Amino acid sequence: MDPNLRREIILEHYQNPKNRGLVQEDGYLRENTYNDSCIDNLDIMMKIEDDVIKDIRFDGEACAISTSATSIMIETLLGKTVDEAKEIIHNYENMIEEKDYQKEILGELIVYNETYKQPNR
Amino acid sequence: MNREDFPMLKKDLIYFDNGATTLKPKPVIDAMVDYYSNYSANAHRGDYDISLKVDTAYEQVREKVRNFIHCKSKDEIIFTKGATESLNMVVFGYMKYRLKKGDEVLLTKAEHASNVLPWQELEKEIGIQIRYIPLNEDHTLTLENVKKIITPKTKVISIAHITNVVGDIRPLEEIGQLCQENNILLVVDGAQSVAHLPMDVEKYHIDFLAFSGHKMLGPTGVGVLYGKYELLENMKPLQFGGGMNSFFESDGTLEYKGIPTRFEAGTPPIAEVIGLGAAIEYLQGIGMERIHQYEVELKKYAIQELEKIPNITIYNKHSTGGIVAFNIDDVFSQDAALYLNHYHICVRAGNHCAKILKDELKIKNTCRISFYLYNTKEEIDRLVQVLKQSKDIFKIVL
Repeated sequence: MDPNLRREIILEHYQNPKNRGLVQEDGYLRENTYNDSCIDNLDIMMKIEDDVIKDIRFDGEACAISTSATSIMIETLLGKTVDEAKEIIHNYENMIEEKDYQKEILGELIVYNETYKQPNR
Repeated sequence: MNREDFPMLKKDLIYFDNGATTLKPKPVIDAMVDYYSNYSANAHRGDYDISLKVDTAYEQVREKVRNFIHCKSKDEIIFTKGATESLNMVVFGYMKYRLKKGDEVLLTKAEHASNVLPWQELEKEIGIQIRYIPLNEDHTLTLENVKKIITPKTKVISIAHITNVVGDIRPLEEIGQLCQENNILLVVDGAQSVAHLPMDVEKYHIDFLAFSGHKMLGPTGVGVLYGKYELLENMKPLQFGGGMNSFFESDGTLEYKGIPTRFEAGTPPIAEVIGLGAAIEYLQGIGMERIHQYEVELKKYAIQELEKIPNITIYNKHSTGGIVAFNIDDVFSQDAALYLNHYHICVRAGNHCAKILKDELKIKNTCRISFYLYNTKEEIDRLVQVLKQSKDIFKIVL
């Protein structure tokens, strides 16, 4: 992937993340992901109806990579079934950990296919 | 100053993370290599020549520490594995048996985790009450604020001499005086201070002082607990085993060795203690007051230059310790640290283990620069130059 395009996509999602801001509504699963080594601290909430992901929101503090990845991941997962979502996340994790993965189902998330080159990330 | 003594500085590196750990000068490394190469035996155990040499070298360091912090007796010096262990010893070896439910311990929200969490544990165990001394608007601690908060129930004040994010030097002499007048024990976390300015436990009326070797040019794995002798007499060892007992019987009879040996069960970190001794000698060779003045100058210069950059926010402009906490506006501190890393500038990003300081600073994460004697104005100039170009930051970190 062209590095300039990659950077543009990541930066756009970092500076203008989609689905940012939590809502006070029932029917959501809520999770805090706090990483004590890299100090990212994100709250995520997700609404699942009839096994389909209807909505995901997030908020918190994190670096450019982490914030943008959350934004892109949410966009990728919206409308998917729980099993499809698990498959995407599994492939995404494989990509980050330099294992085999299916490129096709990751969509825009492949902008992170070289993140492993920054191990202190 | 003295840059040629530090092998790490031969690398293409600007090391601004001295609050985390310091680099080691050649004499410290040599002293440890000498022990491992020429007289590697256990301490207090053998009847042969090199064993005696180890004992002598090890105990001489106790005297060096005594001279370094100006306490009365070398028996008031306990070797630990670092400031964290020292503070845990104070809390669980002494305070646990001396304090009772409702007794107040005063801390501040700028303290490092190692001076908060042991107390919070003790609060759960025996019901002491932790109270936080209010800080001024610039996050510093004044005698006035201490005076305002103490009550007849206040039994302990436990504070850092220099805090690890704000970098303010606390008025220990006045606080120590106040403690003495009110029968309050003063516990001082010296991890960020003893390497940077003269320490005098007698003058400051300090009852317990904790610090780490690796933050003062010494090796990792060794630290010190100083305690007034009469307090150490009433402190319980937390570790039991070889080296700390005079004798024991099958029926459970146990007699401790004297002070401080009873607090150093097991084989101590011998090479590290010897390295610490070399570090103290090295620091005293330069002079602690001179080191302090040099750092004050570096800090002043850094603030003066950083202030010229419009998109930098500095959180501790007025503190005198050699620490600068800052952020590049609209950039997460870890991204800023990665950006600086690209130019081989080492700074720390995060909350720096002072996780309740966010209540005071109103911000959770910062980049921290912490200076030491080998840093230079030229290094600060380079940092400033790199920060000035930081509009390109995402080209570098993404």
